[in-house]
Formats: sequence, structure tokens, C-alpha cells
Amino acid sequence: MYRFLALFRDALRALRRNVLRTLLTMLGVIIGVAAVIAMVAIGGGASDQVKLQVDSLGENLVIVMAGGAQVGAGVLGGAGTAGTLTVADAEAIRREVPGVRHVSPEARSAAQVAAGNENCSTQVLGVGVEYPALRNWPLAGGEFFGAAAERAAARVAVLGRTVARALFGDGDPIGAVVRIDGVPFTVIGVLAAKGANMMGQDQDDAVLVPYTAALRRLLGQTNLRMINVGAESAAAMGPVQREIAALLRQRHRLPAGREDDFTIRTQEELAAFAGSTTRIMAGLLGAIAGVSLLVGGIGIMNIMLVSVTERTREIGLRLALGARRRDILRQFLIEAALLSAAGGVVGVAAGLGISRVAAWVLNWPAAAPVSVVAGAVVFSAGVGVFFGFYPARRAARMDPIEALRRE
Amino acid sequence: MIHLEEIHRIYDTAAAPVHALRGVNLRILPGEFVAVMGASGSGKSTLMNLLGCLDRPTRGRYRLDDADVAELSPDAVAAVRNRTIGFVFQGFNLLHRATALENVELPMLYATPTLRGDEARSRARVALGRVGLEARADHTPSELSGGQQQRVAIARALVLDPKLLLADEPTGNLDTRTSIEIMGLFQQLNAQGATIVMVTHELDVARFAQRIVVMRDGRIVADRALDRPADPVAELARLPDEAEAETA
Ligand SMILES: Nc1ncnc2c1ncn2[C@@H]1O[C@H](COP(=O)(O)OP(=O)(O)OP(=O)(O)O)[C@@H](O)[C@H]1O
Ligand SMILES: [Mg+2]
Repeated sequence: MYRFLALFRDALRALRRNVLRTLLTMLGVIIGVAAVIAMVAIGGGASDQVKLQVDSLGENLVIVMAGGAQVGAGVLGGAGTAGTLTVADAEAIRREVPGVRHVSPEARSAAQVAAGNENCSTQVLGVGVEYPALRNWPLAGGEFFGAAAERAAARVAVLGRTVARALFGDGDPIGAVVRIDGVPFTVIGVLAAKGANMMGQDQDDAVLVPYTAALRRLLGQTNLRMINVGAESAAAMGPVQREIAALLRQRHRLPAGREDDFTIRTQEELAAFAGSTTRIMAGLLGAIAGVSLLVGGIGIMNIMLVSVTERTREIGLRLALGARRRDILRQFLIEAALLSAAGGVVGVAAGLGISRVAAWVLNWPAAAPVSVVAGAVVFSAGVGVFFGFYPARRAARMDPIEALRRE
Repeated sequence: MIHLEEIHRIYDTAAAPVHALRGVNLRILPGEFVAVMGASGSGKSTLMNLLGCLDRPTRGRYRLDDADVAELSPDAVAAVRNRTIGFVFQGFNLLHRATALENVELPMLYATPTLRGDEARSRARVALGRVGLEARADHTPSELSGGQQQRVAIARALVLDPKLLLADEPTGNLDTRTSIEIMGLFQQLNAQGATIVMVTHELDVARFAQRIVVMRDGRIVADRALDRPADPVAELARLPDEAEAETA
């Protein structure tokens, strides 16, 4: 113990000898460890968030988008632009596919929404009455439109939280009239906040109106962008997906061999897709971490070689006073480990700082588990030991009298 | 204790090989106090380094405590340097960033069995006390005079009670009074059983030993015993009183 403390003290003394050099040497390790910590914290937060968002899509959701599957097309973006889905398709699904609980057609367009002097550009979503149930999206106030309003293509609107804020501030929008692309709609409800979706879009930046009103009064068309279908159970999702595909192929009169003119995605597929992007990001950060730890390790090796050369006389003296080779080896290994472990600690602090900032910017919860933090520090000490080994061995193999004579 | 047979040491230098020791034969018995004298460059330090197991002879055999040093394992040699031998270097060789106390503790870092921290510290303090430096325990070498640094080096050599004390010019930087005090200390250690080999240029210092070996050009040219080594108490008494010197 005494011996270890003394070695520790000597190592600290050696590192304090040139503080700037010590700090610069630690930099590589600092960056590497910071990258690891940030990666874990942000990546972990991201996958939690993805899970949350996938769940927030609704329960057992099957999404039918207009247009065939395009390679690399956005899950909710690219597909759905071709005008191949109709309201009749939605009704046929409700009628003919077993295991379906809810169906909501969906049409969408960007629009200017104004109330009084305030106005904002947002998304108008034309949806069915079952949409809140499908998407698990409760109201914060007021009410959702009913079947009568849907049938009548009534000019009623339910505001997303962001839009309500933008137009009405903290005031109560219910009963007010908003103009959507110039067409007046009466606000009957405000949705509860839902946050960002997997693509990072703010889902609360939207106005919901009956799809009938959206098609007839705003878009002037009859084609849907997508049909949201809620299956009765998770187990029913597969069969529902297959049945819908068969039904739509038949309704769209697609001969065998022709590709689908629609795309069906289930919640699981969306989750897997979103998961893959976070995995890529984590992999990239991991590569950065690996490279900078390698560079950091080489930096430590370099500086330890310099240190061994500078302290040749000291090594000679220690050998002359009875130090064994392994004592010298241990001394320099401790020094290298201390150097890189200190870098690890600073790196952890920096990584946590970075993930804090990222969490704040991305609106993601980011936290690194204690085990990862401890592991990073231990690992960086290991980097020091690994890269410090060669210089330390060089010190340990010195000849005492030669070393003492060196200046 | 020490048995040297036909020892040669040839330094390979860039210019030409230097034949620093040319066949040294020497036997030192346990409990002897030997002074080695000789001109500068005669090979005294070279001999001391060999005796201290810091260097190896080019030719010849060195037996220490009946063991052939050439045949010892590196760890065994380290243990010999640590416990059997106490070495006072001609150039002190102190760690400059460590305090006097830490310098004296240094050999104990490598001692087996290991010492406890407080034990090591108290031994280091006692050793500093023996060379009259307790008051300077927490000073670094740069805060000490040359003579004080030399005494720290002596304390470090003494701290593990070596059987064999090798001192290369231990009084080279000391005034007469302190030199005599250090010789008194050496005689005391010698009386307690330590074997001492000391290099010195000064006959006044060599007189405290029991035997004087003289070297010239890498060979031993004289080797004689002193019937009556000098007595430090008497020598100190003979020094002119400092107060007297000032008034004179
Ligand atoms: N490392 C070395 N390389 C080459 N020659 C050396 C080396 N060390 C000593 N010598 C030479 O060996 C000879 C003996 O040197 P040594 O240091 O033993 O002398 P010394 O008797 O201790 O002298 P001094 O009284 O000045 O300390 C000298 O000629 C010296 O130049
Ligand atoms: Mg010399």
C-alpha cells in the first residue's frame, strides 16, 4: 500500500512537471471518451425516444400509403404522393378486411392558417373521426368532430398544440374562427401535445379537419395520401396487412407481376427503420471514438518515450537503489494509466456535457448509465497501460550505471 | 565479504578503449573499514561501481558474500543493491523534485519484505538525524547546500542498515568539522558490524579507516593497515574553537 501510494505520488509529480504537455497528451483520450459517452447517451436516448414515438403512433397501426415502395423513400414522406388511394378503398378495407378495428383516411397539405392578425404556415391533416383513437392522441380541450361533421364536410378544425400557441398564445381558441388558405373553419378542439416524430418533425404543428372537408374545400381532389388502419391486436397485424394488400390489388385491378401501387407499413417496420438510422449514427460515433482513442494512445506512447528519455538518470538511480525491473515497469505503467485515466475522466465530463446539449437541442432524453461511465474510465486507463507498455519496458531494461552517467 | 580476482574493466569509447582497471586483486573481510586513495582517473569510482553491483567487470571474478555476482539473477542483484549495499555516489544523485525525507525513503520503496509507510518515514527521519539534517527533512535538494545534499545521500545509503557501505568521496563537499563528524558516524556503523569501503582524496579523512588501499592507473599499488585509526572525538577537540578563530 505504502509502495503503491509512493508510486502514485511519484507519477503525479512527474505529470505535474509539464502540465501543458500532460493536457495536450490527454486530449486524444479526452476526445475519444467524450465521443463514446455522447454516443451512448444520445444513442440510448434516441432508441428510447424511437420506442416512445413508435408507441405514440397508436396501437397496432397499419399504414397504407399511396404509391409503390421506393428505395430510400421516407417512411412518411416520399410514399403517399401518387394519387392511387381513394375514400372508397378506405371503406372497402373497413368492410371487407377481418381483424380491423379502426380506419381513418388521411389527406394532407401545407397551408397558411390565420386567426385575427396572427398567421402561420402548417400542415392541414384531413382525417376521419377515428383518428384520435387510432393515434392514441387525446384532446387537451374542446372536442373532436363526429360522424355528422365528417359526412357534411363541415368546416371545423382541431388545432395541434404548436398551432394553437402560435395563433392564440395562452388564450382559449375554442369557438374562434381560423382561416385555412382563406377558408374559414371553426375551432372545436385542441389536441394534447405529442412532440416530435421519428423524423424529428413536430407533430403538434398541424391542424386536423374532417378529410371530407380537406378534400372538397381545401385540396379540391378525391385522392387520399394514406389510410390509417388499426388492427384488433398485435397478432392480427400481419394478416391484416396481407388482406389489405390483396384487397387493394384486386380493387386497383393490378395484374399478377405488376408492382403494388401502394405501400403498407406496420408499426414494427417503422420501428426497425428508425432503429437502423440510430444504429448507423451510433456506429459513426463509435468509429470516431475508436480512432481518437487510438490516436490518443499513440500520443501517450510518444510522451512516455520522451519522459523515459528525460528521466534516464532517475531510472538509473532507482535501479542502483535496488529497484527491480518490474518496479520500474510498474512505475511507468502507473504513470501512463494515470495520464489516460485522467483523460478519461475529463472525457466523461465533456461527453456528458455534449449529450446534455444534444438532448436539449434535439429534445431527446439523453443519459449515460453509470456502468458505461465507469467502463469508459477503466478502458481509457487500459489504453494508457497498453500504449505505455513499450516505453515502460524500455525504461525497465536500462543499465543502472549507463543511465546514471547520462545527462 | 569482498573478493576480487584479476578484475579488468575496459570502457569502449568512440575514440579508443579505456583500460580503467588492469587486474585488481582485493580481499576485504567483514567488519573492515577501508579507505581507497589515488589520483584522479586512477579507477577508484570504476572499482566502487563494480563493488556496488552497478557495473560488471570486463574480465575477472567478483565474489560478494561467497556468491559470484556474475551468476546472480537480475532480481537477486537488485536485492543486493537494495539491502546488502548502501551506496553514496560521488555526484549525490538525489531526486530534485523530492524532499530530503522522500529521497531517503526511496530505497525503502523497493525493500522486501515491504515496510509500512509510517515505519519507512520514521526510519528516514532517524537516518537524517544521524547526519544532522532533521531540520531540513522537507526541503528539496535545490534548497540545500552541497554539503547538506551530500549528507542526504549518506542518510539514504544508511537507511536500510547495509552490511556493506560503499562511499565515493563522502566528504568531498564537507568542511573539516562535518567531515570528522561523518567519519565518527562511519566508525560507529563499523563498530556495529558494517563493512565500509570509502574513496577519498584526503589523507586526513583516510586516517579514520583501518586500512588504506592506494590505486594508480587501474592497479592497486599499496595496501596497508593502520595500527591506530584517528579518533573523531580527539580530532574535534583539536580543531580551533570557532569563537576563538573569530576573535583572533
Ligand atoms: N563511462 C566511461 N567511459 C569511458 N571512460 C571512462 C568512463 N568512466 C571512467 N572512464 C575513464 O576511466 C578512468 C578511471 O575513471 P574513474 O572515474 O574510475 O576515476 P576516479 O579514480 O574515480 O577519478 P576521480 O578521483 O576524479 O573521481 C579514467 O581515465 C576515466 O576517464
Ligand atoms: Mg571518482
